[in-house]
This record gives sequence, structure tokens and C-alpha cells, in this order.
Amino acid sequence: MKNTFLICRKELRSYFASPIAYAVLALFAFLFGGIGVYSQVAQLVRMAPQFQMQGQPMNLNDWVIRPLLDFAATIALFLLPLITMRLFAEEKRSGTMELLLTSPVRDLEIIMGKWIGALLLYISVLAMSALNLSFLFLWGKPDWKPVLVAYLGLILQGGCLLAIGAFISSLTRNQIVAGGATFFVCLILYLLRLFTAYDSTLTYQVLNYLSIVTHMESFSKGVIDSKDVIFYLSMTFFALFITSRSMESLRWRS
Amino acid sequence: MIKVEGLTKRYASTVAVDNISFEVEKGQIVGFLGPNGAGKTTTMRVLTCFLPPTAGTANVAGFDVIENPLEVKKRIGYLPESPPLYPEMEVTEYLTFAGRIKGISSRDIRSRVDDVIGKCALGEVRNKLIAKLSKGYRQRAGLAQAIIHNPEVLILDEPTSGLDPKQIIEIRDLLKALAPDHTIILSTHILSEVEHSCERVIIISDGRLVAIDSVANLTNRLRGSEAVTVEVETAVTGPLPQEVQLRLEQVPGVSRVVAREPKENRLVFEVESLQGRHIRPDLARSVVQAGWNLSELRPVGLSLEEIFLQLTAAESKDSPKTAEGGKQ
Repeated sequence: MKNTFLICRKELRSYFASPIAYAVLALFAFLFGGIGVYSQVAQLVRMAPQFQMQGQPMNLNDWVIRPLLDFAATIALFLLPLITMRLFAEEKRSGTMELLLTSPVRDLEIIMGKWIGALLLYISVLAMSALNLSFLFLWGKPDWKPVLVAYLGLILQGGCLLAIGAFISSLTRNQIVAGGATFFVCLILYLLRLFTAYDSTLTYQVLNYLSIVTHMESFSKGVIDSKDVIFYLSMTFFALFITSRSMESLRWRS
Repeated sequence: MIKVEGLTKRYASTVAVDNISFEVEKGQIVGFLGPNGAGKTTTMRVLTCFLPPTAGTANVAGFDVIENPLEVKKRIGYLPESPPLYPEMEVTEYLTFAGRIKGISSRDIRSRVDDVIGKCALGEVRNKLIAKLSKGYRQRAGLAQAIIHNPEVLILDEPTSGLDPKQIIEIRDLLKALAPDHTIILSTHILSEVEHSCERVIIISDGRLVAIDSVANLTNRLRGSEAVTVEVETAVTGPLPQEVQLRLEQVPGVSRVVAREPKENRLVFEVESLQGRHIRPDLARSVVQAGWNLSELRPVGLSLEEIFLQLTAAESKDSPKTAEGGKQ
């Protein structure tokens, strides 16, 4: 437990000592705040007269927050490789893996420490979107519960993809390869959702189910569906498990 | 303190370490010697629980490396060939992290860090980023990391590589200071290193154990025949070099006389004896009886270099090369 905390703190320290954390934060701030919010505001201005004509208040949750957080999920998908690519690859390349593996620390503690560190950076990236949304709460009256649920979904999805990224990073000593492969996986998942959404053949349904991002939908509607929670948790567990196998094979092969 | 039995490590198609057995007593400094690729690093990695052995057992500080790796890891300090440093950390920060994951409590960590910074002479760079350190300081930071938790066993893979002569001497002194209550294994391919700091030597070549003994014993064991340097003064009247050489060759027990580069008014010869013959008194008498001035008569010790070459050469003659590598 103590070791997990130590390694997690070291990971966070490394993120913020290198340009990675700032690059990820800045990219997200630009994409979400600049493009996402701006386009939503533009749409809002366009649609406001319609709502006024209908004489009912506009639902901020449905018309602003949900599309924005869906957009955040998509951006996050492509920022994740930047967070995970160095997790293990860098330690293997620089030889510090030898320090970790010859210290009285369990493999599991190393993996959990690294994964939690990455997750915390991811959460702090998401926190920047909360900054944008807080203005809505300041001036409007959106329902806060679905917003929290959507964030929960974002964190669960992020945790799952980070675990997959960590696994990919543990396979190579080259950060670029790790980042590229993780990006490729994320891209496939993103495309799978698009291609399989409207088809009902069995293969497509299975692919649609496995494409991790589809399980976000219930969360973004403000529903905590236990089957999606379990899906994310078990996928995360599975990815972390194969990471530990991969670390063990490191010893046998190296 | 360290007990290795029948240790073998095989990679896919190569044998890096082949059936090595040895023991190291508490408090000893042992030199691990061998050409590059002999299997030194692999053996050390097995001892530090970084690699599991293919066959055989290794026991460090009373714990088996396979059954009780965590207990072994608590008791060893390991400096790999390239020091495992985080370039984005400051020296104190790095040592704090290394010390904490090695089990030092947050209460003691500060004093331990200060202690190793003093021992490894890192005071000047304690608040510098590791990325900015010179090779010598990096090596010392790596060493500081290895000794921070005051381990019973220290395993150092080429601890002096990349250091300048002054730093090498400092490291040697540091190791000697640590020796009484630490057991130290250090690997090197620099032989003078071993002569200076180790009590015992383990020589491996091609993954096989070639010799394990004290430095003095190894020298004696290999010096079956005696080699002596003889220097004779010359004057205007002679003697001629050929004369002297002939006379030396006639001394009983001499197998070979080689004339060396003469010094200023001195002729220099290197004389080798037959196996087990003690020729120095006879040589002296012979020179003096001829009426020449004997200015020096000095036994030539076999240097560790020669021993090493003899041993490893003999080994590879006996066995065709089957194993390659070790650092992969």
C-alpha cells in the first residue's frame, strides 16, 4: 500500500516534471474549451429563439452539458496514449526498471502505483472541463446529478483505457511505439462505435459491445447501469492483470 | 552469506551461465572477473532476483532467490551496469524515493539520505537535477542508491566504469570502509581493480567458473616456474651481452634467458627457471664468480592480467565455444 503510494507520487512528479502533463492539459483545454465550448455556444445562440418561441426553458443538461461531455470523452480517447506511453517503456529504456524490480516491492504495487498516477493525471485533465461547466451552474440551473454520473463514466472509461495503455507500454522499451500502438487501439475503438452502431448482425453487436466507448452512453444519459460499470471494472482488471503477466515475462525473457 | 549452487541461466538458444557454484562469506569483498559477455551481469541479476535461474539455486543472506525474493531484495543493494537514475529528479529526491521503496521509514529517511550523500561525496550536487550530472556523479548517485538502506549484501556491476582515477580511488576507499559489515560482490573486467580492493576473486569465462581463490593464492598457483630479472653492470671493459647471456644459460635449472632493452650502463635479462627450481642463489653466485657486478636480482610476479589470460585461454581451449553473451 505504502509502496503503491510512493510509486504513484513518483509518477505524478515525473508527469509534471516533464512536458507531458502540460502538453496533455493544454491540448485538452484548447480542444474542449476552444472548439467544444465555442461551437456549443454558437449552437446555443442559434437555437435560443426557438426555445423562446416554444415558451419553455431550455434544458441545459440535454442541450449543452451532454454533447460537451461526449466531446470530452472523444478528446480523452486520443490524449490517453500521451499519458500511458511512458509508463513502462521509459523505465525499461533507462534501466530504472532494474531499480524497481530489485527493490522489495511487489509487481502489483508497481502496476497499481503507475496506473493510479496516470488516472490522477487523467482526472486532473477532466477537472479542466469542470471549470468550463461551472459557469453554467453559475448562471443557469442544470441538474448536477447526471453531470456527476457522466464524470463517473468518463473516469471509468479512462481507467479502462489507461490500463490497456499501460499494458501496451509494458511490451516495449520505445515510448513512440507504445504511444502509437495505444493511439491505434483508441482509434479502432472510436471507429468501431461509428461503424457498428446501426447494424444488428451478431458480429457487429459483439464488436459494438467490446468497443469500450459504447458503454459510455448510459453514463452520459445520466444513468448508472451496473452492467456497464461491471464491464469497465472487469476490463480494467483484465488489462492490469495482463500487464502483470507481461512484467513477469520481462524477467524471464529480458 | 551468499551461496550459489549449480546455477544455470539459459536464454532462448544460448547458455549465459553454466552450472556455477560458489560461496561468499560475510564481510568479504569478492571480485567477479571475466571478459565481456562471460555471464557476470547475468549471475548478478540472478542474485538480485531480477532474473530467475533456469536451474540451480542461489541463497542470499539466508533466503532463496526464488522462494523469498522480497526478503532477499530487502537485504541487497544493487548497482546495475548503467545506474538506474530518473533524470527528471533531483539527487536528494531520487535518493529519498529509492530509500523509501527499499523500506526506510519516513522518519529515518532524511538522516539516511544525508548519510549516503556524505559517504558518496554528493554534497555539491544534492539539489541538482540528475539529468545535469556528470558521469562520475551519476555513478556515485547510483552507488548511493545501492547503499542507502544499509544492506547486508552489496552487488555492484562495474562500479568504477566511467570514473576518473581519483574517483576510482575514492570508490575503492568507500568500499573498503563498508566491507566489515557488508558483503560485497563487484564485477569488473579491469584486473588491477580486483588486486586493489578484493580479497577473493571469482573468474568466469563463457559462463563457466574458471577459478575461485584469493588473489595471492591464484598468483602462487600459477607461478609454477620462477621468473627473475637480472641486471649486470657494464664498464668500458665489458662484459659483452652475449657473454653474460651464455653464462646465465649455463646455470643449472634455467630454461630460458631473454635479453631485454639494456639500461644506462646495465644489461638486463629475464631468466625463467624450469618447473619447481629455485635458481636465484645460483644465478647470483654465477654472476659474481665471473667477476661482474650484479646490480639487481628481482623475482617477477605474474600479474593478475597474465593469470587471467592463462586461465581463460586454457578454458576456451578445453571447451569449444558453446555459450555466448550474457548481457542481453
